[in-house]
Amino acid sequence: MAEPVITSPHAESKRPFFTEQRRSRITAYTFISPFFILFSIFGLYPIFFTFYLSFFKWDALGPMKYVGFKNFELITTDPTFWISFSNTLIMGLMGTVPQVMLALLLAVLLHSGMTRFKKTFRILYFMPNITSIVAVTLVFSTLFGNNGMINWLLNGIGLESMAFNSGWWGVKIAISTMVMWRWTGYNAILFLSGLQSIPMDLYESAKIDGANRRQQLFFITLPLLKPFIIFVSLQSTIGALQLFTEPYVFLGQSGTGSTRQEGITMVTYLYSEAFRNGFFGTAAATAVLLFLVTILFSVLNMLISRGGGRQTGGKKA
Amino acid sequence: MSTLRMFRKKPDDLGFFGKLGFYLLLILGALVSIFPFYWMFVVGTNDKGAVFHVPPLLTIGDQFFENFKRVLDKSDFFQALGNSLFVSSMVTVSVVFFCTLAGYAFAKYEFPGKNVLFVFVIATLIVPQQLGVLPTYVIMAKLHWIDSFKALIVPAMVNAFGIFWMRQYISSAVPTELIEAGRIDGGGHFRIFWRIAVPVITPAMATLGILNFMTVWNDFFWPLVVLKNKEHFTIQIALQQLFTTRDGLDYGMIMSATFTATLPLLVVFLLFSRWVIAGLTSGAIKS
Repeated sequence: MAEPVITSPHAESKRPFFTEQRRSRITAYTFISPFFILFSIFGLYPIFFTFYLSFFKWDALGPMKYVGFKNFELITTDPTFWISFSNTLIMGLMGTVPQVMLALLLAVLLHSGMTRFKKTFRILYFMPNITSIVAVTLVFSTLFGNNGMINWLLNGIGLESMAFNSGWWGVKIAISTMVMWRWTGYNAILFLSGLQSIPMDLYESAKIDGANRRQQLFFITLPLLKPFIIFVSLQSTIGALQLFTEPYVFLGQSGTGSTRQEGITMVTYLYSEAFRNGFFGTAAATAVLLFLVTILFSVLNMLISRGGGRQTGGKKA
Repeated sequence: MSTLRMFRKKPDDLGFFGKLGFYLLLILGALVSIFPFYWMFVVGTNDKGAVFHVPPLLTIGDQFFENFKRVLDKSDFFQALGNSLFVSSMVTVSVVFFCTLAGYAFAKYEFPGKNVLFVFVIATLIVPQQLGVLPTYVIMAKLHWIDSFKALIVPAMVNAFGIFWMRQYISSAVPTELIEAGRIDGGGHFRIFWRIAVPVITPAMATLGILNFMTVWNDFFWPLVVLKNKEHFTIQIALQQLFTTRDGLDYGMIMSATFTATLPLLVVFLLFSRWVIAGLTSGAIKS
């Protein structure tokens, strides 16, 4: 860059095809092309092919056979599919709703003036999120063992032990706890950054107008935090619908256990249809249904969070 | 002392006991966050039976190497660790390079369709990965990439989040005048990118690198689908394989392996926590 500013030596003459503008456009397209190439092959094409595949009977090796809506019929009449469906929803609710509320509480607590330790708390709350799901599941499976610490604590406060690795509810509680442990802190930090983006003078002027803490919370904090709340609950919902690793690892100790009914999820169902049984058609149909459910819940989520804050709903929209 | 100061700052705050409650809740939350890490180490350093000791054993033992020896007997632990290191590094180098390039183009170039394309990039973020897993598997089979690291590396070589993240940073960190000056000096496009932009944005590139490394390191679903042979397993698959009831769950062994596999990331995180947190929470900015 030390070269003196001399008019460019080669580009100026004879008005070439590659004008400066053209060249710069081509450069830009080249720079962004790797993403679009890779995404077309490993993102876009597979999505369309999944829809296509859901109308065929196929074992991934032999010829494909068109079967119409047969795959959808097959899975929607399979009780295991519906168990996986309801499990996914139940664990989704159990893992997500308390998680978002707890995260909100922690964020508000962290925000309330304790600047001194905020950094340390932030790091500590974030640590679960960098741990791999496999590691999380393994650690929690010791805590949730029949003679594990959780049951010991339950006994300690006079409750009966629960079969966390085989009971219908036990498994769901254990898995939801793992999800919550890994994500609550992350969401709390997200909420905290949302809280920090609210200008302080709003609170100042509210105070002058005589608003108490409670009113400040409901009329300033929560409405302004709404984009963050929507984002977090959307992200958690989508994540919850894709739940796989926790139940797969937690119930997989005995080989085939991952499809055990207490903890089978839609993605587990998809996985085992395709990669255990070799039914790619029904697996694709499962993927399509999962996709539709995901869209449905995302929309539902948006509607609920829209309607939730009536007081300010009209202000922005 | 700090309590006093806080009282003065916010006179309408909760009383002393309220503050105490605040602190207790926060500390409780922090304990819940870090206890499993400690517990991992406790179980990993005690003998087999310690995990279900009543009352729970909370002290660190001296059996770590005994336990870890059994890990080495039952799995190719270091091979798996090496595989993960290789795959994560390859993906990370590639992601940082290509996402920086694309982010730079979106931030500093004008070209037809730019906004539409960028919105498209963002939109791909919400597409669930599992939706396309079957056809992707079929592609890998056609390419004979099943059970090879290529199946893990190639699809992950560039991603939407990285482009978004780099664009945001480059827009504000690289002055357009600097690039124009470089162009007047007759520098080629890539040369300007490499010599002028990259040196200014290394912090963002480093953050992206760390985040990406962690994501790939922790990934489970896709490696589970495409890897078949023991010698190709990544560390997450190797860990999961240890967890079997075949000859009774040996939690001392499992936890010593889990701890060893978690430690590197934990160290990286603690060293760069500020960047990592900023990067991982940046997704919310776009909403």
